[in-house]
Amino acid sequence: MDVLQDILRTLSLPDFYFAMFRSATPVLLTTLGAMVASRSGTNNIALEGTMLISAFVGVAVSAFTQSALIGFLGAVFSGFVVSSILAYFVLKLNSNSVISGIALNTFASGATIFVLYLLTGEKGASTSLPSLTLPSITIPLVKDIPVIGTILSGHHILTYAGLILVVVIWYMFKYTRLGMHIRAVGESPDAAESVGISVKKVKYIALSISGILTGMAGAFLSMGYVSLFSSGMTAGRGYIALATQAIAAGNAVVGMLASLLFGFCQSMANYLQSSSIPLQFIQLMPYLIIVIAYTIYCFAMEQRKKKKQFREADKKK
Amino acid sequence: MEQENILEARNITKVYPGGVVANHNVNLEVRKGEIHALVGENGAGKSTLMKMLFGMLAPTEGQIFVDGKEVHFSSSSDAIAAGLGMVHQHFMQVPSMTVAENLILGAETGNTFKVDRKEAVRITNELSDKYNLKVEANEKVEDISLAMRQKLEILKALYRGAHILILDEPTAVLTPQETEELFEQLKLLRENGHTIIFISHKLNEVKALCSRMTILRDGKTMGTYDIADLDEQEISRLMVGRNVSLDIEKDEADYGKNIFSVKDLVYVDYFGKTRLDHVSFSIRQGQILGVAGIDGNGQSELVEAIVGTLRQQHGTITLKGQDISHAPVRARQEAGISHVSEDRLKYGSAPKLSLEDNTISKVYYTSQLKSHGLIDKKKVSAFTNRILKEFLVKYKSSKQAVSELSGGNVQKLIVGREFDYDADLLIMNQPTRGIDVGAIEFIRKKIVDMRSKKKAILLISADLSEILSLSDAIVVMHEGKIVGYIDDVKKTTENELGLYMLGVKEDSRERIGGAYCE
Repeated sequence: MDVLQDILRTLSLPDFYFAMFRSATPVLLTTLGAMVASRSGTNNIALEGTMLISAFVGVAVSAFTQSALIGFLGAVFSGFVVSSILAYFVLKLNSNSVISGIALNTFASGATIFVLYLLTGEKGASTSLPSLTLPSITIPLVKDIPVIGTILSGHHILTYAGLILVVVIWYMFKYTRLGMHIRAVGESPDAAESVGISVKKVKYIALSISGILTGMAGAFLSMGYVSLFSSGMTAGRGYIALATQAIAAGNAVVGMLASLLFGFCQSMANYLQSSSIPLQFIQLMPYLIIVIAYTIYCFAMEQRKKKKQFREADKKK
Repeated sequence: MEQENILEARNITKVYPGGVVANHNVNLEVRKGEIHALVGENGAGKSTLMKMLFGMLAPTEGQIFVDGKEVHFSSSSDAIAAGLGMVHQHFMQVPSMTVAENLILGAETGNTFKVDRKEAVRITNELSDKYNLKVEANEKVEDISLAMRQKLEILKALYRGAHILILDEPTAVLTPQETEELFEQLKLLRENGHTIIFISHKLNEVKALCSRMTILRDGKTMGTYDIADLDEQEISRLMVGRNVSLDIEKDEADYGKNIFSVKDLVYVDYFGKTRLDHVSFSIRQGQILGVAGIDGNGQSELVEAIVGTLRQQHGTITLKGQDISHAPVRARQEAGISHVSEDRLKYGSAPKLSLEDNTISKVYYTSQLKSHGLIDKKKVSAFTNRILKEFLVKYKSSKQAVSELSGGNVQKLIVGREFDYDADLLIMNQPTRGIDVGAIEFIRKKIVDMRSKKKAILLISADLSEILSLSDAIVVMHEGKIVGYIDDVKKTTENELGLYMLGVKEDSRERIGGAYCE
């Protein structure tokens, strides 16, 4: 019963909801990235590695230039570069996107530690690097509203960027020419090709957008609330984003909700660390909940698909 | 009087990187405002020629002229710009987008940041009215019929300014009524000054629609003719290189015992939809029972229930007095069922495996292919070569993959495998769908041979002329039910079958009951 009380008390804290947005941010950005790639017909498995490399590059560049902005741009650019490498494998060499993605992920986890060791002599974290963070923003007026001000104001700049990008991506798919081309290429490449759309070009653009968004997520991890890179700090968020984007099924707003679900669970886990539940189990929760949510989603989709299949068969009559 | 050629291909040769000569000195002259047929068997080079005309492939040699000017297309976009439009056999559409969105895709209305959907709908409706090609602009493509998708495909070409339309086997997916409608619309397009190239191997359609035709065989042009000058027999001869007759000669029916029957077969799917509704019929030795019906009216389920891949909820299936209603698939085969499935590459064969593997797939476990308990490669080879030779499959080696064969040859292999099995009941589901005329003739003859050998044959086909020419009796299925039983095939017509198929006409229960006897 103690646990239940802990949960209820946590739910009543405005700070908890603030933390939810914070925890959701990297997953949200990556989910959007995964979504753009996926709608163009490429599953970007390399998100995890991309994010890790971007997190590292952000720290390293900001430490050496002593400019948070240049560090951030470096992180984003490295995201673009990693996705370009993936694009080269997948679009140019026609390799399997899953295998190439896994290769990049394993490369990223090794390479970041290796370069970290070269720079600092340490393998665990970049504590000795004087890296910088990106600012948080207080929203005038909103910050003065009780409760809501605490929840919505004072977030990290990339958290706001993530929320704005939800609208941007949603708008892109719904209204813009590029969005329409990405959807067409992902769904029926032959149809797109036959009306003069360059499938490879559109796929490359989509993968690049995906890399840039994931680079932002990486920057958030190492230049957000901590100014630190530690090995493996992405902790599977890149894979979680694959699940949340699958749940979103191409809808940016649903993607945001799925990311917030993850943020909710993770922030809850943080708050419950002092409760009587074993810590390991609590840390497992966010991942477990996403797996469960994804299972429910798949089950529902399967039912829908079957129904649709029969509806199609009916129509042929 | 010499008429103006709007599209001309002169001495076109195409050699694929592998050294295959797909087109050799091919000539095509299409006059302005005509409907020009391009006919030939599968693999004759029609598709290759069309891909070159449409800029999807570059010719190795030869010239292409549009409106008298030589053109060099490097992509389909160039061909579109020159006024060509192609209606592919597989529709080039995005299912989750609306009709209007598909129409404008690649040439969108509005600007980079905002596609103008209202304008797209307006254009769609305008074009649709102008050419009498009715489509629902706001429906998603995945929700519309195949006939409407085809109209959309034509509209797409027109929207891009095409005045020369290439239609690749457009009637393959249509019912007789829809085909007739399409022909009217194509004639209307011709009256509007458009030129149409109609690719087909259905000769009756070519005769009904086109004025002139160019015949291709083995990558070479066999000439261009006025259609009025040739009858179907002569066209077939030019296409195939020998006399072909699709009106297969059959002996008078000589039925033996009643060996196969299904009684009161009911199958309700997962969502409560009745797919088979008390279907009963029987087949006698030496009888071909045709099953007519529009695709998706229970024919596939009927076949699946008989071969055992789907479990009916109710009803009995009897073969030679043995109840096989609940027997597993192999037990049914061994009881005497052979089955040529409707999808030869999905269920009929394993395309990536060799001809040998596919030929022995029904009997690989039997002792006839084994020595000392292991499969004997020599026996497999001999077995395969015997069947492939007997069924005139054109192949290089019995070890090559099935996917390297043409559709007609794959089908001959499957038919060979199934007919060699010595079954008592042969289920032929769409046996000649999408294969060339020579292979059609061959397979139909083989079916009639099996009839003479006193096999019971169940023939399911969407091709009504096939049903009419082969069957001794016909049942027509509509929404899972048998709605018509015709015991004297000579007295019925395609039109009458069409009425049953559409559900307009239905026989009395007593009459339909005649399809079944104890």
